[in-house]
Amino acid sequence: MTQQFYVSPEQLMKDRADFARKGIARGRSVVVISCRDGIALVAENPSPSLHKIGEIYDKIAFAAVGKYNEFESLRQAGVRYADVRGYSYDREDVTARGLASVYAQSLGAVFTAEQKPFEVELAVAEVGASPEEDHLYRLTFDGSIADEKGFIVMGGQADKVSESVGAGWRGELDFAAAIRLAQAGLVADKETTTLPASAVEVAVLDRGSESSRGTRRAFRRLEDADIVALLAEED
Amino acid sequence: MQETTANQVAASATSSFTEHLQRERPGLLPFGLRSAEHLPAAALTANAAVPLQVPHGTTIVALSYAGGVLMAGDRRATMGNVIASRHIEKVFPADQYSVLGIAGTAGIALDITRLFQVELEHYEKIEGTLLSLEGKANRLGAMIRGNLPMAMQGLAVVPLFAGFDRPAGVGRLFSYDVTGGRYEEQEHHTVGSGSVFARGALKKLWRPNLTEEEAVAVAVEALYDAADDDSATGGPDPIRRLWPVVYTVSRSGAFRVPDRELAAVAGRIIESRAIAQREA
Repeated sequence: MTQQFYVSPEQLMKDRADFARKGIARGRSVVVISCRDGIALVAENPSPSLHKIGEIYDKIAFAAVGKYNEFESLRQAGVRYADVRGYSYDREDVTARGLASVYAQSLGAVFTAEQKPFEVELAVAEVGASPEEDHLYRLTFDGSIADEKGFIVMGGQADKVSESVGAGWRGELDFAAAIRLAQAGLVADKETTTLPASAVEVAVLDRGSESSRGTRRAFRRLEDADIVALLAEED
Repeated sequence: MQETTANQVAASATSSFTEHLQRERPGLLPFGLRSAEHLPAAALTANAAVPLQVPHGTTIVALSYAGGVLMAGDRRATMGNVIASRHIEKVFPADQYSVLGIAGTAGIALDITRLFQVELEHYEKIEGTLLSLEGKANRLGAMIRGNLPMAMQGLAVVPLFAGFDRPAGVGRLFSYDVTGGRYEEQEHHTVGSGSVFARGALKKLWRPNLTEEEAVAVAVEALYDAADDDSATGGPDPIRRLWPVVYTVSRSGAFRVPDRELAAVAGRIIESRAIAQREA
């Protein structure tokens, strides 16, 4: 019989965490920015159909970096959780805090109990009536949860991108300015200075979707043409 | 053969909210195979002579016009000879491009409507694309079929479904029977207790290529005629300022006709009938 080597719990957790971190850093970044018009979610993503950003519920959106199959299963689980909750209670009883805490528990359980941890990092964003009522939650692979103010940057060279976004962020930005800021952040770790519209995925949570679009569903995905038009506005 | 993980994952992948509930939370469904057991024994043994006293929704009319379809419903629910509600709304947007109206047992019908709305939104969020109009119509049929055990005990729900088929560029109408049978209707259709009278009115009032305004007036007048002869259908109520619920569906989406416009339309109908001084 072969003798199993003793590995201390500290070492085991550290190895798992390093493994997950490496996987996440290999991908490209996602930026979530809370601003005057609502919340803008911008991801560097060359695929027009394999989304990193998704709608969860009326006021709640999801953004992720890492392995597609892992975060896609989490996104679908989130949609199911929100729809069941909204159907059995009421639509306004679905909150980002509740969803984020379910995500934290599942990520934590996978991190400790499964063969390998999920190589993902998630953001759950909820748009409120005013920028002060916006909620941004960051969830990491081990189930840690953080309540962020203003903006979240995840994945890739997150430090560099975060520095660039942080320098330009103000609460009174409109969507065009926020998306430009995110774009500028996404190229902070690259040689080039601009990204083509086809290389980014952009969605927004409108703050006043009831009055502006007549729907309580605040999530809106922007087409390439919309992005080009929005970015050209100021120039 | 042993069930592989891949098989399990594929089998549990569903874009349907109803299927998800059936697996995980069957108690939340308004219907289901086990719902008959949940009914008290008295209801099970009751025969048609003693119907269960619950509110029933009445007349829904739907018609096509140039560029879309329209659906309208009166505001009354009845329980035997009693008016259970004067304010009930029985026409709802199902999603951005379709609406449904419901006649029959109000409680179950409202829950099926809510389930259907979540079903369509759930599919859209999971798949990232809208369900086709035929797909939506089939899903609704499956839900009505699921309610068959309840319908056998007198708690039937009969919907009417209308939507805009975007690839084809036309508005389409679907009717159902209690077994979930789905029938595509041409021009116009009605369901509910006052439907015979409303359909008679529509046969005389409807013509091809109505404008949207004309179509709204035709629908309100058909409901007026239904209310005239069917005691379970409510007419326009100028005292309480209650008007029918009317939705139009066209290429630009489903919109509710504002009360202000309906008040004017209903006012004109009442006025013209009063001036004519005839037995309707």
